[in-house]
Amino acid sequence: MSETAPNATPALSPPVKPSAAGGGYASGAPSGSGRVAALMRLAPGILLPLGLLLVWQLYCSWANVDPTVLPTPTRIVSQLFDARQIAWEHTEQTLKETVIGFSISVVVAVVIATAMDQLAWLRRALYPTLIASQTIPVIAIAPLMIIWFGFGLLPKVLLIVLVTFFPIVVALLDGFAATEPEAMDLLRTMGAKRRQTFRLLRFPGALPHFFTGLRISATYAVLAAIFAEYVGAFHGLGIWMSQSKSSFRTDLVFGAIGICALISVALFMVIAILARVVMPWYYAAKKGN
Amino acid sequence: MTSTASAPAAAATVELRGVDKTFRSRRGEVPVLRDVDFSARAGEFVSVIGPSGCGKSTLFKLIAGLDRADAGTLTVNDKPLDPKDHPVAFMPQKDLLFPWRSVVRNVVLPLQIAGVGKAEARARADRLFPLFGLEGFEDTYPFALSGGMRQRAALMRTVIQERPLMLLDEPFGALDSLTRTDMQEFLLDVWDEFGHTIVFITHDIREAIYLSDRIYVMTARPARVRMEITVDLGRPRPLDVIATPRFAELEAQLLHALREENRQQEAAG
Repeated sequence: MSETAPNATPALSPPVKPSAAGGGYASGAPSGSGRVAALMRLAPGILLPLGLLLVWQLYCSWANVDPTVLPTPTRIVSQLFDARQIAWEHTEQTLKETVIGFSISVVVAVVIATAMDQLAWLRRALYPTLIASQTIPVIAIAPLMIIWFGFGLLPKVLLIVLVTFFPIVVALLDGFAATEPEAMDLLRTMGAKRRQTFRLLRFPGALPHFFTGLRISATYAVLAAIFAEYVGAFHGLGIWMSQSKSSFRTDLVFGAIGICALISVALFMVIAILARVVMPWYYAAKKGN
Repeated sequence: MTSTASAPAAAATVELRGVDKTFRSRRGEVPVLRDVDFSARAGEFVSVIGPSGCGKSTLFKLIAGLDRADAGTLTVNDKPLDPKDHPVAFMPQKDLLFPWRSVVRNVVLPLQIAGVGKAEARARADRLFPLFGLEGFEDTYPFALSGGMRQRAALMRTVIQERPLMLLDEPFGALDSLTRTDMQEFLLDVWDEFGHTIVFITHDIREAIYLSDRIYVMTARPARVRMEITVDLGRPRPLDVIATPRFAELEAQLLHALREENRQQEAAG
């Protein structure tokens, strides 16, 4: 197994490697030089967006752009700070929807994928419908959800589940299918029942796939929440964007977008941490190789 | 009835008579085994060699109870094989240690499946670790082990089942030659200690001679038994037995038979 793309910055890694060979690489506490190296690894990911913001800022002030068309980043931040009370209310609502919707989605996906793995007829019956469910345009279904279920939490949660459970189901099914047939045979000679085989082999083996699916879905979850709110809600970043746009508060639209991005990144990181807690063996093996 | 880890599991006699096996798919029928006669006495070490793809692994699957013969009889201790009795412990070509389980949890896996209590399973494993030279590695994940250590762990997972018959399918095929030699010696020690009946598949003629009491040479597919050789080299067998004239004689005999079958297998495509 090779190193994965997200944290691969080969140009910066050589100073770390020699100490890694000496052992203790897997232990979490960074030494003095380790902390510097960790900062060096993070730096490009932080510097790039900062640079882009700077270009944006300079362009707006030099070209004297109308702030209702394109506000400067500093204006966005200061206006967002002034509106922090209301911003937090909307953020709270969106967070709540996202967490509830995504949690339900994960549970539903695990149940469906497990049932599909264990029952071939169910897999054959369900797969076409599942794929078809992903072709439903969110843009068309979201307003209908409002008509059916009103402006409350339910239509938001339903939309998030609809959008996010499919990648998780597919990831899990791929993971189950990747089980080595020889390992299945081995467990059978040990006298394992079908359920034991699933619990001891197929499920733990599919966990890396599962977490990949989770990471992909997490970003969709926030998007789906925003979209569901955009077409009709009492609170939430989506409806706040819509209202701000209508009153030409472009700065607050950008502010809300920024908050969405932060939520996505936070959710992504929570999943990454969870993956390390659930599969320490997976990350240890990756580093060991 | 449970025996302790150090007590040898009662060895079993296994016998196949006139066994046929054909694989059927949409593209047609592939006869794999044709009228195979094979036996291993209680406590005997028997190897099976043959051209690759000749159906040795199919033979193993039948004995392991993973598949059924189309014709012929398969008996263990003179009774028809009942897979539910689990008389066979199987060690496949890949070590198949689960990466998410520590070494000791990999080793106790078959006991966990059989419903043995955690404490007893752990106690049985603890008794085996020193013998397998893996003391101190109980809580290590498999990725951190060397190839030889992984194979010893896999062998321990096979031995801990205390089944009377062990099937080893090219267990050392992926090891470098030095580690391989170590493992062969080690396997003989384990066999000496536990006294299983062992059926061993290999490509390696020297490995087969060094380890076995008897060797079956299979023909190209569909596989029959081409010849059966008794290895009259005495035991215990020191490593330098491979330098004796008798060893060379056996090797030449086997090499000749195997090359002929290999040519036929290749000609058959």
